[in-house]
Amino acid sequence: MPVINVANACATGSTAFREAWMSVASGAYDVAMAIGSEQMGKMGLLGADGASREYSTEGVMGTGLMPGVFGQAGVEHMRKYGTTQEQFAKVAVKNHKHSVNNPYAQYRIETPLEDVLNARPIAWPNTLYMCCPTGDGAAAAVLMSAEKAKQFTQNPVWVAASVLTSDPYTPRNPTMFDINTLTRNASTEAYQKAGIGPEDLDMVELHDCFATAELLHYENLQLCGEGEAGHMIDEGATYVGGKIPVNASGGLLSKGHPLGATGVANIVEIVWHLRGEAGARQVEGAKTGLAHVIGLGSACTIHVLKK
Amino acid sequence: MTQEAATAAEKKPNPIVPFMKLPEKYPDEPAYLWGVVCNNCGAKYLGHRTACGNCGSTGPFEETRFGDEGEIYSFAVVHQTVPGLEAPYVAAIVDLDDGVSVRANVYGLDISKPGPEWFGKRVKMFTEKVRVDREGNDIIAAKFKVTDGK
Repeated sequence: MPVINVANACATGSTAFREAWMSVASGAYDVAMAIGSEQMGKMGLLGADGASREYSTEGVMGTGLMPGVFGQAGVEHMRKYGTTQEQFAKVAVKNHKHSVNNPYAQYRIETPLEDVLNARPIAWPNTLYMCCPTGDGAAAAVLMSAEKAKQFTQNPVWVAASVLTSDPYTPRNPTMFDINTLTRNASTEAYQKAGIGPEDLDMVELHDCFATAELLHYENLQLCGEGEAGHMIDEGATYVGGKIPVNASGGLLSKGHPLGATGVANIVEIVWHLRGEAGARQVEGAKTGLAHVIGLGSACTIHVLKK
Repeated sequence: MTQEAATAAEKKPNPIVPFMKLPEKYPDEPAYLWGVVCNNCGAKYLGHRTACGNCGSTGPFEETRFGDEGEIYSFAVVHQTVPGLEAPYVAAIVDLDDGVSVRANVYGLDISKPGPEWFGKRVKMFTEKVRVDREGNDIIAAKFKVTDGK
């Protein structure tokens, strides 16, 4: 039984899931398992980070640290559309509220808007509660062919689309990482492959490594129009019970972001909802869900799952 | 000549990034950022390039010296950083007038009041010794200060 080790930055777990999916979809195997795990206390995949090297440019020629990088991405959105720090902060309010119902979340505390805005600044506009915490974690998913699945269940969850994209050329990248274009390309491809549109989704688990990132991905995943993400969070459309629940799990802001585990865990979360097994955080009647991850450098995975 | 004096004479300042050059007479002659332009499509890059990310051309690339002025495109104010660094600092993306972007610390802003008024601020490059390497050579970084056209 072959074992493949995968490393693809924050998209490691979801890339492993995709490798397992391809193994089964190609007919090479009828059952495959994707396991994601990470001990962030030991720096995990970030162990090779250059921040402590003699020639590190950190703090003397800008930043390569993630809170700042995703801060800059959010600030670019402010520049284009007038988005405010308060709108970004509302993402943290929502996700932490969702986390209260998730026993697998690292933090299960509500953070009202005032608390988020007054929390210790990490990299403006992101405050402490707008950054994912450091934590260990693991998740696993078993994939099998349709025929094999019949032996175990009459109601399988289907992988309707599995997509992996990398960066096309955009002028400032990688001086300023472009987290948008590859996600847009991936979502377009995923909707085509799944034969659905964003309006057909019942829930989304997306890559909220920082609160700034989540708002950008509303537009990148076509959940709203260009420049409308701020309005979307103001309206509360992405709360459980809203038009399109995003990060019902509490997101990475609450669960933590053990890189290898993240991509598998958000697929598992969708599966639990589609099976009606998500407990108090259940998105009622969920039939179709989308799991999204990006890893800088860059890789974006999107999986569309259907009941 | 003593051993110490000999070592001192051999020391020379080095740029912190490969896309920065220090002339022989640095600091009397200023350091500058350099890069390449794709002859096929005109895409510009900091430093060397073996193939163009935009058009796929493998060259030739024309080496070019970038000017030292530009403006702030985006930024973050980093408060939490690696041990040994002073914070907070403004970590910006500076669009140089010559058509390429660079990560940069920017000085001369009221760091307690980040906001949209920082977009498009005119900035000019300066260089500074930021540390010393194992052999005792000065490491030089490029930084930017707000000029507002002055």
